[in-house]
Amino acid sequence: MGLALGTAAVVLVVLLWELARPTLKRGLVHAHRLWEARRRASAPSGYDPGRERRAEQRARALLRSCVPEHEWEMYRDLGFLRVWGGCGELGRSEDAAYAYLIYPHKPIVAYVPQTGDLLNEYCVAFPDHTKPYGSVRLPDSDDVLAKWMALTADERRLVGEANMHLPGRQVDPERVHRDLVRLRRWELERDNVRAA
Amino acid sequence: MKLLRMKPGHGEIVLAEGDVDVPEQERELIEAFRRELDAGMWAAVPTQTPGGRREAELVKSFDEVPRDAERVIFFPRAAGGAPRATR
Repeated sequence: MGLALGTAAVVLVVLLWELARPTLKRGLVHAHRLWEARRRASAPSGYDPGRERRAEQRARALLRSCVPEHEWEMYRDLGFLRVWGGCGELGRSEDAAYAYLIYPHKPIVAYVPQTGDLLNEYCVAFPDHTKPYGSVRLPDSDDVLAKWMALTADERRLVGEANMHLPGRQVDPERVHRDLVRLRRWELERDNVRAA
Repeated sequence: MKLLRMKPGHGEIVLAEGDVDVPEQERELIEAFRRELDAGMWAAVPTQTPGGRREAELVKSFDEVPRDAERVIFFPRAAGGAPRATR
């Protein structure tokens, strides 16, 4: 009697499993597809290798439309901008007592144009803490433009916000001296071309 | 007049655009301007001297923006201490 009941129970379980298996299988496949779809929808859009490049191109176009032609060509050819200091007696002109070199995402370097002596580094950044594209850093040319606008519009305010350090803390003085030589050569060549 | 904002990973975006002589559009420009200043942005107006020299002017309210300005550019306010660079 016991053996018969046991056998019947086993047969019953096997029958039920066979009946339920296709439904269970379909359910599992469906659940897996739903999970995949949700995972894809919630995943980030992925790395776009061209995004930073396009951002930099836009930033360069904006920089070009804002700064004088001479400064734009300086940045395009040499990779930095020179801004004459505006707080001296002679104002913002080629005879200014000091000038600044603006590098993208590096401190602003103040120097004496007549001697090439370095004065200070002004460490300043424009971090966008909303991180709209995952980074707080502006494109290189936007960083340069922000520094240029702030320096030419309100030099004291920008210098007041910056951390001032002695030369050489972040920007290699040798590099700055080389850049000043490059700048002199570049301006001479331009003058010669114009004169010709 | 266009209000532009510099954005990391994007370059500039247009926040608002309108004619300051049209009251409705001027109101929209003022609202967008205030939003950016409230968010801590600095606002600069690219200008040109009578001699043709390009300069910029930092403004703290919409009233300071010249009526004939074509663009106002917003950028994050300056903070001291750029990240340490490799030499």
